[in-house]
Amino acid sequence: MKCVVSSWPHIKDGVTSKEIMLAVVIALLPATAFGIWAFGLNALLIVITSICSAVATEFVAFKLMGKKFVMDGSAVVTGLLLALTLPPSLPLWTVVVGAVVAVGIGKCAFGGLGYNIFNPALVGRAFLALSWPVLMTSWVAPGTLTTSATPLTGASVSNTDLFLGNVAGSLGEISKLALLIGGLFLIAMKYIDWKVPLCYIGTVGLLSFALGYDPVFNMLVGGLFLGAFFMATDYTTTPITKNGKVIFAVGAGALVVAIRAFGGLPEGVAYSILIMNAFTPLIERVTRPRVYGTGKKVIGK
Amino acid sequence: MFWSQRFRGGVHPPHSKVTSDKKIEKASLPKIAVFPICQHVGAPCDPLVNVGDQVKAGQKIADSKAVVSAPIHSSISGKVVEISPRLTPACAEVSSIIIESDGKDEWVETSGLDLEKASKEDILAKIRECGITGMGGAAFPTHVKLNPPKDKKVEVLIINGVECEPFITEGHRLMLEEGEKILGGVRAAAKVLGVQRVVIAIEDNKPDAIENMKKLAGAEFEVVALKTKYPQGDERHLIKAILDREVPAGGLPFDVGTVVLNVETAKAIHDALSKGLPLVERVVTVTGDVKDPKNLLVRIGTPFTQLIEECGGPVGEIRKLVCGGPMMGVAQPGDASVVKGSTCVLVFNETRVKEDEEKPCIRCGRCADACPMSLLPVTLSKLVERRKFEMCSDYNIMSCDECGCCSYVCPSKIPLVDRIRQGKVAVRKLKK
Repeated sequence: MKCVVSSWPHIKDGVTSKEIMLAVVIALLPATAFGIWAFGLNALLIVITSICSAVATEFVAFKLMGKKFVMDGSAVVTGLLLALTLPPSLPLWTVVVGAVVAVGIGKCAFGGLGYNIFNPALVGRAFLALSWPVLMTSWVAPGTLTTSATPLTGASVSNTDLFLGNVAGSLGEISKLALLIGGLFLIAMKYIDWKVPLCYIGTVGLLSFALGYDPVFNMLVGGLFLGAFFMATDYTTTPITKNGKVIFAVGAGALVVAIRAFGGLPEGVAYSILIMNAFTPLIERVTRPRVYGTGKKVIGK
Repeated sequence: MFWSQRFRGGVHPPHSKVTSDKKIEKASLPKIAVFPICQHVGAPCDPLVNVGDQVKAGQKIADSKAVVSAPIHSSISGKVVEISPRLTPACAEVSSIIIESDGKDEWVETSGLDLEKASKEDILAKIRECGITGMGGAAFPTHVKLNPPKDKKVEVLIINGVECEPFITEGHRLMLEEGEKILGGVRAAAKVLGVQRVVIAIEDNKPDAIENMKKLAGAEFEVVALKTKYPQGDERHLIKAILDREVPAGGLPFDVGTVVLNVETAKAIHDALSKGLPLVERVVTVTGDVKDPKNLLVRIGTPFTQLIEECGGPVGEIRKLVCGGPMMGVAQPGDASVVKGSTCVLVFNETRVKEDEEKPCIRCGRCADACPMSLLPVTLSKLVERRKFEMCSDYNIMSCDECGCCSYVCPSKIPLVDRIRQGKVAVRKLKK
């Protein structure tokens, strides 16, 4: 009898980190497919380039750090998310730069999965936006691929078109319906907390209304849905406490409206999340749940 | 009332209660029985017998003068062959009295109490003399539990028939087969504590037990069906679920006016008071990868391997031998013997024992959601790794009940509860 001695529990819930990453990729497929359908071959190449560069960067970075490279799917998620935030006409070399910065500086420089402070895909996107502002703001209309303004830069579209994705915009951000389907899937699988997208998008709506803007337009426009369902819910860079998640989402929502209303940029989702990422440790500290048997409620009735 | 019957967090592991329809069977007498002199929470006993002595079943073989302790009785008749340290199922090395059976099963004479006339002190003395301890796992001496300090007013007695651990069904079977005896013990305990309200708590995955106990209890006691969720059987969460009260950190249930007794303990109280039977046998669920899983009525001191043989032997090779359930049971390095707190012998073969490779934490927060104490397991685990034990204390590490929900849900397979236990040991040292 050769018995294995290990600490309890002796059974485990089957879910692994890899499965969660896979679920996120699956959840992003409707938006990705819609983007490729709308913008054609270059969109497909951007997605492939971004994912491959992200994985390759992680592989090289781990080799340089002397760590064992494990294909856990997180680099795939980062690569895919980055691709979805990019203009569909972007040259591929820019995509490579973005992915290398996202994974190399955004993630591996901090120690890899679980240690990064800022959302890696958004770090990559922010880097590209600062380095090549013209390329990063050149938009094409879906289908025709002719140069077009986006709703945020003056094009007038109906809210229905905004919701369904019949607008110019980033590769994976145009169809809110496709993003919603993926987001609801993650909520149904209990991989993300429904309160985060609700509070994030809800705050944007409420504050837009309060400031006299069209709330529906502001909720549907730009990268808000992608950010709310897939980036403000990122595990590593957002608080782990329940209340912390809500504070994060409300804060990010307020920042989006502030940037759109008072800032020099038409869109604010990426920066709102990056700024809130910096507050994550602080939010987590002040939202520690009250431990059973401590504090006010000890004696009860 | 129903909306409040819940506690925070918890997990839903597969029930795996394959033996819930199996009637309790008597296991055969052990040839050699092992009795650690400390099977309970509290002071160890001193042996009352020497090597070579003849003993009868039910004879007291070890006792202590300490208040928080419980005497040990031989479960078989035979000869004391050795007194030496052995590993208990809790993996502690404890001096143990080893008795070789003479196969006759001769008993000492015992007598019960007349409950109508007996005083509270008589009843407590009898319970102590019979060595009754909690039989749900921790084995806290029952006479101490039923005698709370004078300044603590106990209003509610909760009878714990929750059995939230997967696989275990011994409490379930007892509620079906020995319900009257359980209620007998409950009546005595209620009398000693002077409580008016008694709640018998059972999880709703045992509808037949709920029905049976409701029928037997009638209007005398409340029987409450609780929504199944692990670790509801932990008294802190059971109290929260039923009374919506929280036991203060470092406190005990009577700090919030309640006492929690396991169903099998109640039955043992009944046996002690009605017949003077000391605690020398208990029901153990023998399950997992054995050919014919059973609920066995087992003499204390019986080796686990004998019980596995009584169930037709293992299926495949025994790779893990657990005393208790799969969530909080202790993996044994080798064979051990049944003690008062052994609820279950769980066998896992090679198909179920997998080495999980630890992956980096992705901060998903599932451990924090699952923790019924509202701790942040991942934060504690990281603090322990960095040896920041004072901060562990600030983060209430000592409140951890070690239920294992955090390790159970972790997608990166980090042994969180293990780390936290190491941290608790270090914090305890720090405080000394």
